[in-house]
Amino acid sequence: MSKLVGFSIAALFVLVVANGPPAQEQQTFKSAWTATPVSGEGQPRGYVQFQDYCAACHGEGQDKPGTLALGAKYKGAEPAMLEKRTDLTPQLIKLYVRNGITVMPFFRKTEISDADLGAIAAYLTRNNKPQ
Amino acid sequence: MRTPPGVSPEDFSKALNQFEQVVGKDWVFSSDEDVELYRDSFSPFWHEPEDPIPSAAVAPETVEHVQAVVRIANTYKIPLWTISTGKNLAYGGSAPRMSGTVVLDLKRMNRVLEVNDRNHYALVEPGVSYFDLYRYIQEKGLKVWIDPPDPGWGSPVGNSLERGGGRTPMRDHFAAQCGMEVVLANGEIMRTGMGALPGSKTWQQYKYGFGPYVDGLFSQSNFGAVTKMGVWLMPSPEAYRDGTVMVQRHDDLIPFVETLAYLMNSEIVRGTMLLESPLLSYRASQGGSVLDMPGGPSVAEMEKVGQEKNLPYWSATLHYWGPAKVVDAQWEYTQEKFSAIPGATFKAGNSYRFPVDADKLQGGPPLVALGIPNLSVFGLLQSTQGHMDFSPIIPMSGQAVFDVLKVFGEAYAELGVAPQNQFFALPWAFFPRSFVLLFGFPIEHDVAKNQRTRQVFKRLVEVSAAHGWGEYRTHTAFMDTVAGVYSYNNHALMRLRETIKDAVDPNGILSPGKSGIWPKGMRKARA
Repeated sequence: MSKLVGFSIAALFVLVVANGPPAQEQQTFKSAWTATPVSGEGQPRGYVQFQDYCAACHGEGQDKPGTLALGAKYKGAEPAMLEKRTDLTPQLIKLYVRNGITVMPFFRKTEISDADLGAIAAYLTRNNKPQ
Repeated sequence: MRTPPGVSPEDFSKALNQFEQVVGKDWVFSSDEDVELYRDSFSPFWHEPEDPIPSAAVAPETVEHVQAVVRIANTYKIPLWTISTGKNLAYGGSAPRMSGTVVLDLKRMNRVLEVNDRNHYALVEPGVSYFDLYRYIQEKGLKVWIDPPDPGWGSPVGNSLERGGGRTPMRDHFAAQCGMEVVLANGEIMRTGMGALPGSKTWQQYKYGFGPYVDGLFSQSNFGAVTKMGVWLMPSPEAYRDGTVMVQRHDDLIPFVETLAYLMNSEIVRGTMLLESPLLSYRASQGGSVLDMPGGPSVAEMEKVGQEKNLPYWSATLHYWGPAKVVDAQWEYTQEKFSAIPGATFKAGNSYRFPVDADKLQGGPPLVALGIPNLSVFGLLQSTQGHMDFSPIIPMSGQAVFDVLKVFGEAYAELGVAPQNQFFALPWAFFPRSFVLLFGFPIEHDVAKNQRTRQVFKRLVEVSAAHGWGEYRTHTAFMDTVAGVYSYNNHALMRLRETIKDAVDPNGILSPGKSGIWPKGMRKARA
C-alpha cells in the first residue's frame, strides 16, 4: 500500500499569493484519477496510464471497487487485479473502456485518449503467454 | 450523420468544419462510434429510442476556443450542451437532454489556476477533477483540504454548479463557490462578483461584488458556459474525530433531530451526517422495508424487537474537524446535549491527528470525510448496472422523517411496487438546515423494468410535491417533471427564467431543456 503522500508536509512550500492567475503558477498537467502522482521510472509502457486512469477502481485494496467486483465475479479462478491477469486482449480492454460493463461507465476520448488506451492495453497484456 | 433538430445537414457540415478550424480536427467528434461515448452511462432509457444521443461533440482547450465555438453555434443555431468532466452519473451523465445537441466537452480545460493556502481558496477550470486539484495541493504542500463528493472524478466546477455536496464542513459546494467567468451565448466573456472589476484583488475572496448577485443564474442552468470558477477551501485541520449517538425509542427522533439541528446550526457539529436506524435496517434485512408499509408492524412491536435484539431505533455518526482540543470539546458537548434524551448512548469512533499514515485509515471513516478523492463508493453499487437519484429536500425535523416513511410507504403500496434496492430511505444532512433523501433507483439493461422505474419516479415526484417536498437536483429525464412542480403563482419562477433565457440566449443554443428551461420555439404549453 503506497504511503499517502498527501499527509506529509513537503519540505519546500510554494506560496501562491497572486491576484489573478499568475503565469508561472498556471499548471497544465495531464488530468488523472489518482490521489498521488505516479512515476513511470523503471516501469513498463502503459504503467503510468493504468495508474492514472484505472487504478482508482482496479488497483489493490478493499477500497477499489473494480477489483472487488472482479473478485466476486471470478471467486479466485482469475486474479481480481487486472495487472495480474495474463489472458486479457487489447480488443477486450478497449471494449470495456469504450462500452462499460455493469456499474463501470464508458470513457470518452477527452478522458482516455486512444493513445492512452493503447498504452493501457500494452501494459495489461505485457505478461500474456505467447500464443 | 445525425443533425441537431432544425439544422440542415449543409449547415451542420459547415459548423463542424468551422469547429475543426478552431479546436483542431482531433477534437471534433462526429462519427457514430465517438458520439456514443457521450451517452448517459446510467441511462434510464437504455435500448430505447428516447435515450439521448448527441449529434457531435467539441472539445475546446481555451476560453478563446469556447468563445469561437459558441459564436459558430449561434450562427447556425446549433444547440450546445456543456459538460465539465462529464461524470454526472445518476443525473444524466455526459448526455444532453435533447438528442442531436452537440456536447461542448470542457474536459481539456484542466488548469488549476491558483490555490491560496493563506486565505484558503482556489481558481480552477471546468476540466479539473477533484483528483487533479488534490494532487496539485499535495505536490505543492499547501495547507488546504478539498471537499470531494463521493466519486472523486467529478469537477469542482461542474459539481458546484449542480449544487452537489461532500462530507466535510465545506459540504455545500455551491455555497463555497466564489466568483466565476462565463462565456455568454453571444460569445462574450463575463466575470461575476469582484471579477467584474478589472485587476480585482478579491475575486475569490468576496462573493457578491456590487449590485444584483447573478452567480446563481449559472447553477443548474443554461444561461452561459462557465469557464473558470473560484472555490473556497478548508484550512487543513489539526485533527479529526467521529462518534456515534444512539437512541432507543421511535419518538426519541423528535428531540434527537432538534438536538442535532441545534448543534449543527451552532457549528458545533459540522459536515455531512446520515440518519440511520439499526432497527429499521434489521426490518429491511428480514424482508420488510425501512419505509412504513401499510399493514406493517406497529411502533410498539418494533420497539419490542429493538429491545430483544438490542438495536437502537435511531443513530447517527457525527464528525468533527479542527484543533484536537476543540474537536474533543465538541464531541464532549455533543454527548452532554444528547444525554437529555433518556437512554441515549454514545460510542467514540475514529480519532486522528494529522499527518497520519495511510495504513491507519483502514477501517476508518470514508476517505472523502478526510478530503481524499477516491471511487470507493462504487464498491457499494456492486450489484447494480446503474442508478438514478430521487433527491427531495425535507424539513430537518423528526416529524418530517416520520411523514416521509409513511407517505412513501403508502406510495409504493399504491403503486404495487416493493421498495427494494432503495439506498438511503433515511435522510442525509448535506446542506444547512435541511435534510435530503437520496433514493437510488436501480437502472438495468431491461426496458420494461426501466419504464416501470420511470413511472415510479414520476409518481414519487408528484407525491413529494403534494407534501411540500421538492427535489434539489434531478436526472435530465425528469427535469421537466420536477421543474413543473415548482408552480407557485402559475409557474412565476419558471416564467422569470424563461424571460431571462430569451434575453441572454435568444437563439436558444445553450443546453436546451436544462432544468426544464427551453428556448422559446421549443416550449410546450404548460398544463
